[in-house]
Amino acid sequence: MSGYFKELISGTYSLAVGLGITIKYFTQPVVTMQYPMEHVKMTPRYRGHIELVRDEETGASKCIVCGMCQKSCPSGCITVAGKKPEGSKKKVLTTYRLDFTKCSLCGLCVESCKPGALDFSKDYNLASPRKEDYIFDLLKRLEEKS
Amino acid sequence: MNLQSEPVWLLVSLVAVIAFAALNAAYLVWVERKGAGHIQRRIGPKEVGPFGLLQPLADGAKLMSKQLLVPKGVDPVLFKVAPILVLVPAIMSFVTIPFSETLVGRDINLGLLMIFAFASVNVLGILIGGWGSRNKYAVISAVRAVSQNIAYEVPMLVIVLSIVMVSHTLNLNEIVRQQAGFFWHWNIFRLDLSLLMPVSFLVFFVCMLAETNRAPFDMAEAESELIAGAFTEYSGMGFGVFFMGEYANIVIGCALAVILFLGGWQCPFGVASGWWWFLIKLYALIWSVVWIRWTYPRTQFYGLLNLSWKILIPIAFVNLILTSAQMKLDNLF
Repeated sequence: MSGYFKELISGTYSLAVGLGITIKYFTQPVVTMQYPMEHVKMTPRYRGHIELVRDEETGASKCIVCGMCQKSCPSGCITVAGKKPEGSKKKVLTTYRLDFTKCSLCGLCVESCKPGALDFSKDYNLASPRKEDYIFDLLKRLEEKS
Repeated sequence: MNLQSEPVWLLVSLVAVIAFAALNAAYLVWVERKGAGHIQRRIGPKEVGPFGLLQPLADGAKLMSKQLLVPKGVDPVLFKVAPILVLVPAIMSFVTIPFSETLVGRDINLGLLMIFAFASVNVLGILIGGWGSRNKYAVISAVRAVSQNIAYEVPMLVIVLSIVMVSHTLNLNEIVRQQAGFFWHWNIFRLDLSLLMPVSFLVFFVCMLAETNRAPFDMAEAESELIAGAFTEYSGMGFGVFFMGEYANIVIGCALAVILFLGGWQCPFGVASGWWWFLIKLYALIWSVVWIRWTYPRTQFYGLLNLSWKILIPIAFVNLILTSAQMKLDNLF
């Protein structure tokens, strides 16, 4: 009989504890993010598709058109082209095409880039019904960003 | 024109009661969803209107525009009668609820009895809805609803019996009138009438939750086991009417708890009593019903019956005996 009352009291108490927890949660601010209106800020090590890094001094890409990224890419999704302007010793980037449909975000291109001209973007809102939308002209993107 | 004169008052109270029930049913869904959202630290409905306030209207329009499917093999009469049998008694019960001293549809002497008589019809609606659906889930749910209601009607009526014993009346307005003055005159704090008054309020409240098939006692709906129980085969407004009936029953149950235990339209400080106090108490109680729903998971069926037969019914009877003993003692001295 004493077990009956003990269970009754402890049971009622535990129910009250439960109610306390939910009312505490009720008063706390909501944690939902209103996704299309708000966006999550990606962490520094998030791997989006690769992106060209701008040289702060010249305003252009840091790329020296060595082609290491193109060679290191196991899926062959990078196409780099450059030309040497008249009277210049360095090559200048003319095309940087990334075929993101094949890219597996392994990051070998970023690792192999000596001048640090490549980086992962934080862009995660990629959706399109057309394959062509995933072939990025990174040089154009860089110009658009500036 | 005097509103309180017959037969104008009949019409006015009828329209007012239906409007009140429908409005409550619609907006309690909103309260429920907002409450659930914030308890789970979500936002809840927010797109339709400011704070999602037009969501009930959108839901209603959606339900009304849907086809009323009557599946093959159901009992056509029972299937169509069931939603009405759930909603109509709930609305009828509103007629005797005293919102204030004068604001009451019909101030009849057997108001309390009438509410309990109609509350029992509610389970009949669920039973024939489940039976008529020709669906195994619906039948299981209907059977559960009946055995649950039998189990919980006993302690509820015994508790109400002790209240009737101390107040000597079945008239709801008279019961409220006897609780006039400061809040310690409310029945819940009247330890001089019965030592177990606060406990009996708790028992009444738990039974009310079970009677209205609310979580954690929503065995009739039990969406994880029985899809939607007795409502499985209903579509469109058939389902909507069941839903409205459920919420109307919650309002009735909470109104009864307010009237019997919390002083109805009496002000806690003895000044400016009126319908506003009734509504404040009513919605506070309804909010706690929502709060309870989103706190506890559904009990298992044997747990539900154990709670009633092993705990609530003994407590109710002890309360009844104590109350009568106390009444006798008062007469002796």
